[in-house]
Amino acid sequence: MRYKLMTAALAATAALQFAGPAAATDLEVTHWWTSGGEAAAVAEFAKAFDATGNHWVDGAIAGSGDTARPIMISRITGGDPMGATQFNHGRQAEELVKAGLMRDLTDLATKEHWKDVIRPASLLNECTVDGKVYCIPVNIHSWQWLWLSNKAFADAGVPVPKNWDEFVAAAPALEKAGKIPLAVGPQAWQTSGAFQVLMVAIGGPDIYKKVYGDKDAKVAGGPEVAKVFKAADDARKMQAKSKVQDWNQATNLVITGQAGGQIMGDWAQGEFQVAGQTAGKDYTCLPGLGVNAVIQTGGDSFYFPLLKDADKAKAQEVLASTMLSPATQVAFNLKKGSLPVRGDVDLNAANDCMKKGLDILAKGNTIPDTNQLMTEDSLTQVNDLFAEFFATPTMTPEDAQKRFADIVSKAD
Amino acid sequence: MNEQASRRPSRLFRNLNAKIASIPMILNALVIFLGGTIWTVVYSFTDSRLLPRLNFVGLDQYYRLWATPRWLVAVENLAIYGACMLVFSLLIGFLLAALLDQKIRFEDTFRTIFLYPFALSFIVTGLVWQWILNPNFGVQHVVRSLGWTDFAFDPLYDSTIVIYGILIAALWQGTGLVMCLMLAGLRGIDEDIWKAARVDGIPTWKTYLFIIIPMMRPVLITTLVIIAASIVKVYDLVVAQTSGGPGISSEVPAKYVYEYMFHAQNLGQGFAASTMMLLSVIIVIVPWAYLEFGRRK
Repeated sequence: MRYKLMTAALAATAALQFAGPAAATDLEVTHWWTSGGEAAAVAEFAKAFDATGNHWVDGAIAGSGDTARPIMISRITGGDPMGATQFNHGRQAEELVKAGLMRDLTDLATKEHWKDVIRPASLLNECTVDGKVYCIPVNIHSWQWLWLSNKAFADAGVPVPKNWDEFVAAAPALEKAGKIPLAVGPQAWQTSGAFQVLMVAIGGPDIYKKVYGDKDAKVAGGPEVAKVFKAADDARKMQAKSKVQDWNQATNLVITGQAGGQIMGDWAQGEFQVAGQTAGKDYTCLPGLGVNAVIQTGGDSFYFPLLKDADKAKAQEVLASTMLSPATQVAFNLKKGSLPVRGDVDLNAANDCMKKGLDILAKGNTIPDTNQLMTEDSLTQVNDLFAEFFATPTMTPEDAQKRFADIVSKAD
Repeated sequence: MNEQASRRPSRLFRNLNAKIASIPMILNALVIFLGGTIWTVVYSFTDSRLLPRLNFVGLDQYYRLWATPRWLVAVENLAIYGACMLVFSLLIGFLLAALLDQKIRFEDTFRTIFLYPFALSFIVTGLVWQWILNPNFGVQHVVRSLGWTDFAFDPLYDSTIVIYGILIAALWQGTGLVMCLMLAGLRGIDEDIWKAARVDGIPTWKTYLFIIIPMMRPVLITTLVIIAASIVKVYDLVVAQTSGGPGISSEVPAKYVYEYMFHAQNLGQGFAASTMMLLSVIIVIVPWAYLEFGRRK
């Protein structure tokens, strides 16, 4: 009797297990979008995916990408892959693709003409290894922005600068009024980010591409880049009094008018929006520091690990096309403050700064992001150098340039 | 059964139950610790990036390691931190224990107070001290608002002394444990020895220095091993307090290893750094173990 009962129970569980997948397929998606605006944006993806009859299982990993990526990678290499995962555009997942751990999306890409809709084309090229498509770009983020506080300049009695040189010239007036001219957090990614923005603005896109793209150590040690280091030295002096850690604390100094400006990517825009400020009236944004109006095409992509389960594999395809559909692109990017990856969508709700970005994008003045050009290994060394440079007033720009050229010569 | 008993029992099969019971532990030590260590050392000679691969490049990873300013800063920091931590935690820990040993009132209360920080993790300790040492609302702010407006004390924002700011937090957290171990050692000393010393008219401090401390040798060695282990692996305290800053001036080797293995996606470089850490431990431990265990034979 007891055995019969047990067999019955076992049979029942077995039946349940088989019945499960026939309903909606659960797909776990990992990402590191956990701040207010980011969570709202990712909820748009979840909503759209749930509407297709599947179920989005949210696998948010708190902390930054630096915290999340090791967890994602160890899950994929450790044989416990998720349904889909975020990475930045570029080479972060390169080795995972080469090791055959990622799913080939070429068929879907051809069917949905990704080649024709995704703009700029370089984004899809990043996802392509040996002629096969392995990921799907979802947004474009750029670093090339100088955010200025109109209030700080009004208090100091100088007009709001229109480019980097005017900003440097206004620094003494700002200091006299008790303001920090430039707000920078001392974290490595912030300082090296500010430097590469200076390189694009002052050195120009070609110099940038030669240094970060071709790893030309001669150019990196040459006179053009020396000018960039001179500007970085100015920036270092201007930020000497900013004692904040995180980027959003630095942005907050600009919002409250305690600091003149900040070099930070377009994600800073969300902070101004949350604070209820209006572009042009309360703050000013200068793409390319007002010198070279080009933007980088960094951002986020989704990769789909190779799964054995056929139902989940099908759901992966559904998720990929949902993410790229025009409606989702608009809903997601408006919340995220980033630019959509397709040019054929309507973004009337965008604010002034975002429209400036869209404009530059439409003109095709784009350059690849550092993540797309250098490996994480080389970028870590560059980050370390600038963290040291900005925190050490005794380190001369010449010394720093020599070390930078050395890193570039060994970079890959 | 009889047949077996009549033979001389083999050494291997004596205490068979105990030996079987310890097999998992032996396997664990051999496969995970020794095996993992050997694997790491072997792969430190390869150019492994995100995934380990056996493409040997000789000593390249080590040349690069010792040419990296960040690693040199990390090693220097560890040396300063290690030396100070060892000396001060032993000194303060012993002093506190000796004071508590004077049969004072409320000894339990004091012991609890001193040991309490040890119950906190390094992350919590680091955050607490990050706030205490923050110039805007920590010690400096308090002293300034008392009237000394020129008072400056912000070790965490000064790259030349930042490592001492971390040391303060580590001492606050760790000395309680040292104190407790020392107290146990002191309590283990026979009361008659104290009486004999007093009869001979030896001053208390001399009794401590020349009689009690030499007798506490086993406790001292245990304490030393515990402190040394905590020094080499210091990581979370730095992450919580400064995350290596300002710049790279409070980096430590363990942080370098972690960041190159997982953030920079360069396993080979991380393995080379961790092998160097292992080597430094071996250099310290082998002569000591030789003296300690070699002599007994």
